[in-house]
Amino acid sequence: MDFAPVLDGFGVVLEPTNLLYCLIGVVIGMLVGVLPGLGPAATIAILLPITYGIEPVTAIIMLAGIFYGAQYGGTITSVLLRLPGEASSVVTVFDGFALARKGQAGTALGIAAIGSFVGGTVSVFALTLVAPLVAGFALDFGPPEYTALALLGILLVATVSGGSRLKAVAAACIGLLLATVGRDTFSGAERFTFDNLNLADGLDFVPIAMGLFGLGEILYNLEERHRVVHAPSKVANVWPSRRDLRQSSGAIGRGSVLGFVLGILPGGGATIASLVAYAVEKRRSKTPERFGKGAVEGVAAPETANNAAATSSFIPLLTLGIPANGTMAVIFGALLIQGVSPGPQLVTQEPDLFWGVVNSMYIGNILLLIMSIPLVGLFVRILRVRPSILAPVTVLITLIGVYTVNNSVFDIVLVIVFGALGYLMKKLGFEPGPLVLAFVLGSLLEDSLRRSLLIFDGDPTGFVTRPISGVLFLLFVLVALLPVVQALRHRRRAASEAADAPHTKELV
Amino acid sequence: MSSPHDGAHVPGSPGGRTAAGASPQGPAQPTRAGAPVVDDHRSPEPDLEHMSLEEAVHLVEETEHEGRPPAAGPVTNVVTALAVLAIGVAALFGSNALGLGTAAGPAAGTWPLLVAVVTVLIGVGMLAAARYTHDAERFTRASLLVLAGLATMVVFVVLLPVIGFEIPAALLCFVWLRFLGRESWRLSLLLTLGLVTAFYAIFVGALSVPIPHLF
Repeated sequence: MDFAPVLDGFGVVLEPTNLLYCLIGVVIGMLVGVLPGLGPAATIAILLPITYGIEPVTAIIMLAGIFYGAQYGGTITSVLLRLPGEASSVVTVFDGFALARKGQAGTALGIAAIGSFVGGTVSVFALTLVAPLVAGFALDFGPPEYTALALLGILLVATVSGGSRLKAVAAACIGLLLATVGRDTFSGAERFTFDNLNLADGLDFVPIAMGLFGLGEILYNLEERHRVVHAPSKVANVWPSRRDLRQSSGAIGRGSVLGFVLGILPGGGATIASLVAYAVEKRRSKTPERFGKGAVEGVAAPETANNAAATSSFIPLLTLGIPANGTMAVIFGALLIQGVSPGPQLVTQEPDLFWGVVNSMYIGNILLLIMSIPLVGLFVRILRVRPSILAPVTVLITLIGVYTVNNSVFDIVLVIVFGALGYLMKKLGFEPGPLVLAFVLGSLLEDSLRRSLLIFDGDPTGFVTRPISGVLFLLFVLVALLPVVQALRHRRRAASEAADAPHTKELV
Repeated sequence: MSSPHDGAHVPGSPGGRTAAGASPQGPAQPTRAGAPVVDDHRSPEPDLEHMSLEEAVHLVEETEHEGRPPAAGPVTNVVTALAVLAIGVAALFGSNALGLGTAAGPAAGTWPLLVAVVTVLIGVGMLAAARYTHDAERFTRASLLVLAGLATMVVFVVLLPVIGFEIPAALLCFVWLRFLGRESWRLSLLLTLGLVTAFYAIFVGALSVPIPHLF
């Protein structure tokens, strides 16, 4: 492959503005990772308005920094407080907190930081090699392939997003319906606007994302009983010993590879990667009984894997234009706002943007390593900021921020409406991720479907006779039927287990 | 794993079961010392060895749900399913009005129709599964806090065009700090003043955003 654009990308990153925004991004990411309550998706959504004023590359460098920075920060609360700051750090709690109780919190944090750094960096490097190949392969995708790919992406995210699958698909359908609001691009007909002029151009992505992810989450957290937080005032000796490093080097290596692979799969992402990496280490270990009682590998593996996965989940977004999870959907929206449509042409048509963002992750990971080892004390102190103080600040930033986008009061109304909807959804067991993802992909999906139907002259079998779209549709059907098969197998297994003597279940 | 167990807890009386028990907290959970322990039936160190991936994902979700209200009853689930169904049916009628077109000549209503049909099917499925659904949370008295929070935002957006953002913002901020967050009067007042001043300085002063303002 041609490495000149890759190197030019470093030139883009090293521009002072981009370096500055990379730093801002990773610091914010680290902060939201540390502070329980707001996740990376919510933070990125809330910060969307400020991306209007800056260059596309700079904006995406910052937003990406928030995303992978949060993976570093989430570790700190897991280890010190037994409160995972992020879903992807939940498994870290088992061994991380056990280490902290033995007075080795520093070791756990140090190993996690090094693992995160290695995982992130390996993953960026692999991304550099793999992404252009994927993009090259996808270049001759036509409308039918995009229809199949978008459908598969939405279904996969809905399947893996946690909670009930039915509800996740319901959320996705509502997202698709919301995307149809406004003028139809083919016929010019006004759809579902209820003669409201504000809706004629369709719903804006920003108030929807800010409402569902941002306000929805804040409102949802209001109900939570506030837990008393006892943050230790300082953490000693963050530099891990040589023995710890040797013990966890295998876990870090395997975690990087596992995380990278699982991160590429739509819906996979950091949480699953951390779980699988932990399970693999425990199974491989000669002394599995140490796990859960303070094994360094038990911290190294999931923390490495979640960072590797966070990085590699940029691949489907940047090469196919299909976001792999809710957070990526927000970044997709940010790109669209900037007038950049992510897809296979991105690598060749906007090499500065593509390689600028990818290479900024090397720098970001170095910055994060510095922040998580020598400066970890600062972030531990931030744990003492109470959520009750943070909440009104975020609400005001959201309400005023959304106004600044179009200087429109109607947008504030929208953000409140979607905030209420986001709260109700979380309350009733719907994930907002699939809705936002489906909303973002909605117009692409409808466009490609209608174009394909025109190409096929109305014959839907055309989707399955083309090789690539056929395979994608086959996968779609398999994924859709998977829950049914699982339920049947589960029932049969339960029946046979009841009959036989109890025997051990399969791991993973 | 989101068990009927949870449903047994009385909302609003956190730690009710432990209070009755002999030892409220095992020595294995020192950090939770300040927090009320609701789910005392869960072992502190879960055994990942005998766990499928799906169960592990469940565990992650459960950990995230610590300190949350208990699961909702079947009525909530039926209402939720009906709401999804209603959205689907409304979209059906809407797409019909737009013109359904044909496969060879799709019209404005073709795609909404397809999505609406799936939505209706999902709604029916949810209705059928309503009795076995445990992932919705019950609305408790704490939910009133959310209503209050929403009310402050509505007041904000109604007053903004009339009297500018300063007073509504201060109001919102103060209510959230003092009444929703239970901070002290002093801290709430000082923080409110500080925050609104900061917002004024940033949005009106530095960025000159054309947001309606009083001063």
